[in-house]
Amino acid sequence: MSTLRGSPVATTTETDIRVFVDSVLNYFDTSMQQTAECGTPYLALSQSPEISDYTGMIRVSGKRDGLVFFTAPKSMLCVMLMRMHETDMSHHNLCDLVGEIANTLSGNARRDFGHRFNISVPAVVHGRSSTVDYPLDSRPIVIPIAWRTYHARLVVCLN
Amino acid sequence: MGHRLMVVDDSNIIRRRIERVQDLPGVQFVGAARNGREALEMHAHLRPTIVTMDLTMPEMDGGECVEQLMQRDPDILILVISALADKLTAIDAIEKGARGFLYKPFTDRQLNNALRQLIA
Repeated sequence: MSTLRGSPVATTTETDIRVFVDSVLNYFDTSMQQTAECGTPYLALSQSPEISDYTGMIRVSGKRDGLVFFTAPKSMLCVMLMRMHETDMSHHNLCDLVGEIANTLSGNARRDFGHRFNISVPAVVHGRSSTVDYPLDSRPIVIPIAWRTYHARLVVCLN
Repeated sequence: MGHRLMVVDDSNIIRRRIERVQDLPGVQFVGAARNGREALEMHAHLRPTIVTMDLTMPEMDGGECVEQLMQRDPDILILVISALADKLTAIDAIEKGARGFLYKPFTDRQLNNALRQLIA
């Protein structure tokens, strides 16, 4: 599995994407005390890549417009809560968890992008059939995130 | 004298985690609030001596809450815990009266070290 972490920077877009990837990987390193792996990023075939059970999302405007989200299956989030010694696996806490991950995406983007971007407060979407409003004329970039036996995705869609 | 800890964060898992993992001798968890407004209401009867404070919260954010808590009790020890990882945010919180700043995500050890430094 390839990784963006530590790889050479070729374009601004890749730099931007790495900020978000590093945020997610750092979340696992710190909060789970376990490393997650970043897979090979790819352009989504459709304009709306499939989302998972729980999705934490931030919207970006300014130099670029679009959205960034982390989407993960319920089973993965439950194990993440267990790793944090949390015994309450309620819907509320699962939403809280993806919201916190989106929160770190937002915080790191503010730090690294500064005035170039306006970053929204995180929003949480529940359900695989939920719809996401992507920016027009954009192709989302999907970055697979693997942790233990689970698979989540980071989706970056900036035009 | 022991310390009384109040946690202010809109995330339930963060509130519960801080309550669970803080293990400093002489520090007693007394309550948790979901936003700044709730924290001010609870402050009146909980009388915390230490507060962990998130910044981005609904109804009243952490920055305003820090200012109001400092007006009520200039000796209160406030540790801001936020995902807003830029230096300006940390400086702003310190200028408002916070005594420490911890970035999210954090490890259990980082939390306890930050609380230890706060009460040293």
